[in-house]
Amino acid sequence: MPPAEPIASHTLSILVDNEPGVLARVIGLFSGRGYNIDSLTVSETEHEKQVSRITIVTRGTPMVVEQIKNQLERLVPVHRVVDMTTKGPSIARELAMVKVRGRGDHRVEALRLADAFRARVIDASIESFVFEITGASDKIDQFVSLMLPLGLVEVSRTGVAAIGRGPEGM
Amino acid sequence: MTTQAMTKTATTKTATTETAAEAAGREMTGAEMVLAALADHGVEHLFGYPGGAVLPIYDEIFKQDQVKHILVRHEQGAAHAAEGYARSTGKVGCLLVTSGPGATNAVTGLADALMDSIPLVCITGQVATHLIGNDAFQECDTVGITRPCTKHNWLVRDIADLPRILHEAFYVASSGRPGPVVVDIPKDIQFTKGIYRGPQNVEHKTYKPKLKAEDAKIREAVELMRGAKKPVFYTGGGVINSGPEASRLLRELVKATGFPITSTLMGLGAYPAADPQWLGMLGMHGTYEANWAMHDCDVMICVGARFDDRITGRLDAFSPGSKKIHIDIDPSSINKNVKVDLPIIGDCRSVLEDMVRAWRSNSYEADKAALGAWWKQIETWRSRKSLSFKQTGDIIKPQYAVQRLYELTKDRDVYITTEVGQHQMWAAQHFHFQEPNRWMTSGGLGTMGYGLPASVGVQLAHPGSLVIDIAGEASVQMTMQEISTAVQYRLPIKIFILNNQYMGMVRQWQELLHGGRYAESYSEALPDFVKLAEAYHAVGIRCEKAGELDDAIREMINVNRPVIFDCVVDQAENCFPMIPSGRAHNEMLLSDSTESIEDAVTEEGKMMV
Repeated sequence: MPPAEPIASHTLSILVDNEPGVLARVIGLFSGRGYNIDSLTVSETEHEKQVSRITIVTRGTPMVVEQIKNQLERLVPVHRVVDMTTKGPSIARELAMVKVRGRGDHRVEALRLADAFRARVIDASIESFVFEITGASDKIDQFVSLMLPLGLVEVSRTGVAAIGRGPEGM
Repeated sequence: MTTQAMTKTATTKTATTETAAEAAGREMTGAEMVLAALADHGVEHLFGYPGGAVLPIYDEIFKQDQVKHILVRHEQGAAHAAEGYARSTGKVGCLLVTSGPGATNAVTGLADALMDSIPLVCITGQVATHLIGNDAFQECDTVGITRPCTKHNWLVRDIADLPRILHEAFYVASSGRPGPVVVDIPKDIQFTKGIYRGPQNVEHKTYKPKLKAEDAKIREAVELMRGAKKPVFYTGGGVINSGPEASRLLRELVKATGFPITSTLMGLGAYPAADPQWLGMLGMHGTYEANWAMHDCDVMICVGARFDDRITGRLDAFSPGSKKIHIDIDPSSINKNVKVDLPIIGDCRSVLEDMVRAWRSNSYEADKAALGAWWKQIETWRSRKSLSFKQTGDIIKPQYAVQRLYELTKDRDVYITTEVGQHQMWAAQHFHFQEPNRWMTSGGLGTMGYGLPASVGVQLAHPGSLVIDIAGEASVQMTMQEISTAVQYRLPIKIFILNNQYMGMVRQWQELLHGGRYAESYSEALPDFVKLAEAYHAVGIRCEKAGELDDAIREMINVNRPVIFDCVVDQAENCFPMIPSGRAHNEMLLSDSTESIEDAVTEEGKMMV
C-alpha cells in the first residue's frame, strides 16, 4: 500500500449560474459522496450575467480534492471551479459578529482585546457588546477563544470568502 | 420549363417564409410545445403512463401521429424500456410520466441510466405552480428527488423557458457523457400559451464537454504503447456510447497493434468475441486470462471504462506493475479509484481516431518479440479454460442453456437484454457478442427487473430482430407486468428464464460468506410461468431436460409472439471464475479450485458487497 497521502484543507471557488436548486446540487454532491464542508458561502456576484460565487472550504487528500473539483465541474450549471489553495497566492477572509456579556474588568478587557484585533463595536448595552471582526479564519478563532472567559454569549460567522492575489480573475 | 421554374421559386419562397416564421416562433400551449419538441428532436417512440398532471400532454398525443406513445404497465417499465431503446439505437430514449407516484416509480430507471450513462429525457407532470409546496394530491418534489439520480433536471416555472429547457434537455442528455434528465412541467404551464422556437443553435451557456484530446497526450500514449512489452486494452461502455465508429476504430487500433483486449460488462460487443485477440470479459466474474493479463501487464490502455470495484478487486493489488493510460470523456472518472499515469480527456471516437492516425503515420510497430512472449503467457492462462463446465445427465446446467441459446441464435439478428444476478454473468460469459449495441444490461446500479422492459424498448426499435431477455425467475417477477405491454404492441420478445428457484447470486454469496444459511433467497411459491404467459396472451414454454433444450429453444425462436421460456436449471450451480471480495486479480477462484470458498474471503472482504 502506498503511504497515505496527507489530508489538507482546501478553499474552492465555484462560479455557478444563479438558477433555482444550484446550491442544493452542490451541497447534495458533498453529502452524497461523503465529502466534508468546513465552510460555505454563497452570493450573487454578477447580477447581469446571473452568476453566483460559492466558496467552500473542504478537506481531503490531493486525490480526493481533485475528485471534488472534477465532480463539481460535472454539474451542468457550474461554470468554473478553482482551487484557491493550490492555484497560487490567494486571500481568504470571513466576518464574525461576537456577542459578549459582562461588567467591570471583564468588560474593559473585552474592549481592549477587541481594539487589539481591530474589531468594531456595533452594538452595546450596559452589560454587553457585539463586536464585528473581519479576517482570516484562524484570527477569528483566536478572538472568539479569548472572549470565552470574558462572557461570550454567541457568535455568528459568514464563512470564508476567497479571491486570488494579483490582476487576474478566476 | 417555365412552370417548373415557377414552382421551384414558389417552393423556395415558401421555405424562406417558413424559416422566417420559425425564427419568429409559433404560438402554442406548453403541452403542444412538448410534442413539437419531441418531433423536432426526431423522437418516434415515447414510453409513458397517463395521469392527472400530464393529461394536457396526452390530449396533444391523441391529436397527432408523429410520435407513437407506448403504454407501459408501470413507470419503472417506461424508464427501462427507454433505456433499452436508447442503448440499442444510440438515440435518446424518452418517457412521459405523471406527478407524484409516476415520478417516484421512474426513479429506479433514472438512477440506472445515470450509472450506465444512458441518454434519457424524462418528462414529468407536476401539480399547478400555485399548488407546489402545499402537499397537493399527487405532489412530490420531483426535482429534489431526482437531483442525485439525473445528470440534470429542471422545474419549468415560466412558459417562456419551456422551449429552451426542452431543447437543452436533449442536448444535455446526449452530449458528453450521456445520462438521464428530467423536465418537470406543472399542469398550468401545460395549458399556458407561449412562443415556441425550434432547436436550431441550441447551445448551453455552461455545459460544453471537451471531445478532442490534446495532441501531446496522444503522442505520449502511442509512444508508451510502442514500448510496451506486456500491453492490454481494457475497454468499457464508453466505447459503445461513443457510437459504432468508435467500435470500428477500436478494432482498427487493436488489430494494428496486435495487443490483447478485454472489456467490462458494459463494453461487450465493442470488440468481436470471435477474434483471437479477445480475452473475454474481466472483473469479478471475468475470465482467468483477462484478469491475469490485467494483473501482469506493463501498459494498460483503458478506453471508456471507469475502474469500478467489480473490475479492480482489491485496489492496492490492482495491476501493480503497469503504466496506465485512461481515456474518458468525464474528467471525474480520472483518478477516482485508481491513480493513472496518462489521463486523456476526450470522446472515445475522437481519441481512438487520433491514436490510430498517430500509430499509422509514424509506422509504429509493437515490440514483436516481447509481444510474442506475452501472447505465449496469455495462451497458458487461456488453456486453463476458466469458463468450462460439465453438462451431464438430464439436469440442465445454466451455462449450457446460455451456450445452446447462443449457438442456436448466433446467425440471426439478435439483441440480448438481461436481469441481474447469476444468469446475467452466465449470459456475459457464454453469449458472445460480435457487434456493439447488441447487449443491454444493468451494470452499475444492478437493477433486477431491468431486462424485460428493456427488451420491450429494444424490440420496438428493431421490429424485425430477435430480442431475448436472459432472465432469472426472481428478477423477472419484479417487472413481469410489462409482458402485457409486449402483447399489446405485438412485440415478440423472448423471456428466457434460467429458473433455479433461488435468487442465485444471493444464494452464492450466502454460501460464500454466511455458512450456507440461505436466508430468504429461496423462491418459494413460484408461479407456473407457462400458465402465467398464457394468462397474458403470450406463449409459455417449459424445458426441464437437457436433451429437449435445443428443440424447445427452436420452438421459442420460431414463434412470432412474446414467449416466456421457463428453463429449469441446476439449483446448486455457482458462477465462476470469481474474484472474492477483497482479493486481487491473480487470486481468482475457479469452478475446480480446491480452496474452500469460505476461506477465500477475508474479514475485510466480507464488508464489501
